[in-house]
Amino acid sequence: MPEMNMVRALNLALHQEMERDERVVLLGEDVARVGGVFRVSEGLLERFGPDRVIDTPVSEAGIVGCAIGMALYGLRPVCEIQFSGFAFFGFHQLNCHAARFRTRSWGRFQVPLVMRAPIGGGIRALEHHNDSEEALYVQSPGLKVVIPSGPRKARALLVSSIRDPDPVVFLEPKRVYRAFREEVPEQEETWPLGQAQVLRHGRDVTLIAYGAMVREALEAAEQAEKQLRASVEVIDLLSIVPMDTPTLLESVRKTGRCVVVHEAPRSCGVAAEIIARLNEQALFSLQAPIARVTGYDIPYPFFAREMAYLPSTKRILAALRKTLEY
Amino acid sequence: MPRKVCETFQIEYLQILDETGQVDACLEPDIPAEDLRKLYRTMLAARLLDRRMHVLQQQGRIGTFPSVQGQEGGCLGCAYALRLDDWMVPSFRETAALFWRGLPMKNILTYYMGMEEGNRFPDHMRDLPIAITVGSQPLHAVGLAWAARIRKDPVVVMVFFGDGATSEGDFHEACNMAGVFQVPVVFVCMNNQYAISTPRARQTHAQTIAQKAIAYGFPGIQVDGNDLLSAYVASRDAVARARQGQGPTFIECVTYRLSPHTTADDARRYRSDEEVREWQKRDPLVRFRKYLEKRQLWSEAWEEEITEEIRGEIDEAIRAAEAERARVEPLEMFDHVYGEPPPEVLAQREEAAEFVDQPASLRQT
Repeated sequence: MPEMNMVRALNLALHQEMERDERVVLLGEDVARVGGVFRVSEGLLERFGPDRVIDTPVSEAGIVGCAIGMALYGLRPVCEIQFSGFAFFGFHQLNCHAARFRTRSWGRFQVPLVMRAPIGGGIRALEHHNDSEEALYVQSPGLKVVIPSGPRKARALLVSSIRDPDPVVFLEPKRVYRAFREEVPEQEETWPLGQAQVLRHGRDVTLIAYGAMVREALEAAEQAEKQLRASVEVIDLLSIVPMDTPTLLESVRKTGRCVVVHEAPRSCGVAAEIIARLNEQALFSLQAPIARVTGYDIPYPFFAREMAYLPSTKRILAALRKTLEY
Repeated sequence: MPRKVCETFQIEYLQILDETGQVDACLEPDIPAEDLRKLYRTMLAARLLDRRMHVLQQQGRIGTFPSVQGQEGGCLGCAYALRLDDWMVPSFRETAALFWRGLPMKNILTYYMGMEEGNRFPDHMRDLPIAITVGSQPLHAVGLAWAARIRKDPVVVMVFFGDGATSEGDFHEACNMAGVFQVPVVFVCMNNQYAISTPRARQTHAQTIAQKAIAYGFPGIQVDGNDLLSAYVASRDAVARARQGQGPTFIECVTYRLSPHTTADDARRYRSDEEVREWQKRDPLVRFRKYLEKRQLWSEAWEEEITEEIRGEIDEAIRAAEAERARVEPLEMFDHVYGEPPPEVLAQREEAAEFVDQPASLRQT
């Protein structure tokens, strides 16, 4: 099985899906000639031609809005927003149209588009290139929201997202793009939306994360094992909508303790929703309040201060300790 | 080096049938007599339904709705230029055009009874549902047209929006995308002079809305939007251009909504009765009647006959819509959100089931 980073893995998914299904088209800023600013779509223009791999004007509402029209016509557009922080220009199209066309037409029309966007911080980038906006999409019923954490699942989830009958917001943690390699099978692989993955089994505490925070969580789990002699179960959420609540419940009912990690601001974030669900359905299994390690409720700082903003292994370890010692 | 002119432009205004019913014989399109009568009947149906809906709204039998009176001619003339396998993307005052495309009256009624069912148009109609957020649907039209071109289908897409929509960013992005990629789309701006209370002059300082097309690199034309014939001729040419791969066209239909913005609006706060009376003289329906009369395609007896027919159709549509309203299953609101619904949505459906009343028609007594 070849080893590849997340950029190559996503590229493989796009190549194979465009090969398999001629309805799949790719559009976005700088996606064709240069293969995307992160090179995720490299080689696709050469292989599939300018009708299916399209460099657009700088026009996020245009990209999402046209992708909606294409999807209504029967294509399977995959549109790229260059950075998730620019997606606000297209947010109206996503929230008011992509998410609602099926309801609005009482099931007659569907919008099977994928909006890909690099998300999150940690790469010393300029303003608006670092934020994590996933909670906004979660509050837009009709959308599905996926955030992979590594190459293999990113590839499988992108394939599943393209084949999904509903609009999927596919958020790629840019910090992970070239951070590490994994074995990724050449042959087709999918992963169901709404299925989390237990990355590490443990008895004492459940640690839930997604996106770039999964690696921080795994590192924190290692250290907790050594420093606190605690057995930590780590769950990678993978998809926020649908959310794999049963896997989270099963784990927390076993461990009785839980820490949730994300980069996005804390208040009303995804962790808040996870904690609410665990409280609703596993309250009597809990032996400590559920802790969250998140970004703060402030605008994402310029990069000189970003490491103080992002959840770190140290912060996660401190939360694990507090939860275990409660 | 002297300054020099690098670009100039002109915008044409087209009127074929004036408000007295006089027609410019050189410009008059050759529309079969049977179609002319059907077009008139369609306009009349939209007008009579709209009048009846005002009564229904006051009786509380339908909700707030935007009246279409005064705008029937322009949108119908444009839509008449389409083939049925072309796509139409409406805004919310194109009732006459939608009737022409095959929409049953019942759909308009159930839509304004607050039921999504009204927006589920019959499967044979290549028409998107009614769009509410101003100026956002032109992008869907561009996407449809773009997809048609990718699939090499010889279809054209026509999209309707108002003068207010042209101030929205999405409108700009739609025109720009359409120009850059030369997709087969016809933009129709129903310039009815007001966005609720805001006059056309507050939307743009440009002399015409049609000239905006020039900046996007495709032709724009202004037509008398209360003249069905000029709306048709401009659209016929635009549709032909689009179908031949010559890209988009912009048509500004200069029209007027004779009623307030919606039944919740008080138009007297922003426009005079005198102004409305002036525009009533240019009523597209009256003008078209005069034209048919001159061509001996109209008589009072025929008017009475079709009026009776349409009233019967309206009565029947109201009966059908109210019967459907009585059968509304509240829990169905969960059923058309996702193709593959997340478990949380299914669980919430179960939860809601405990608290909603079944429709009267399904209740066990």
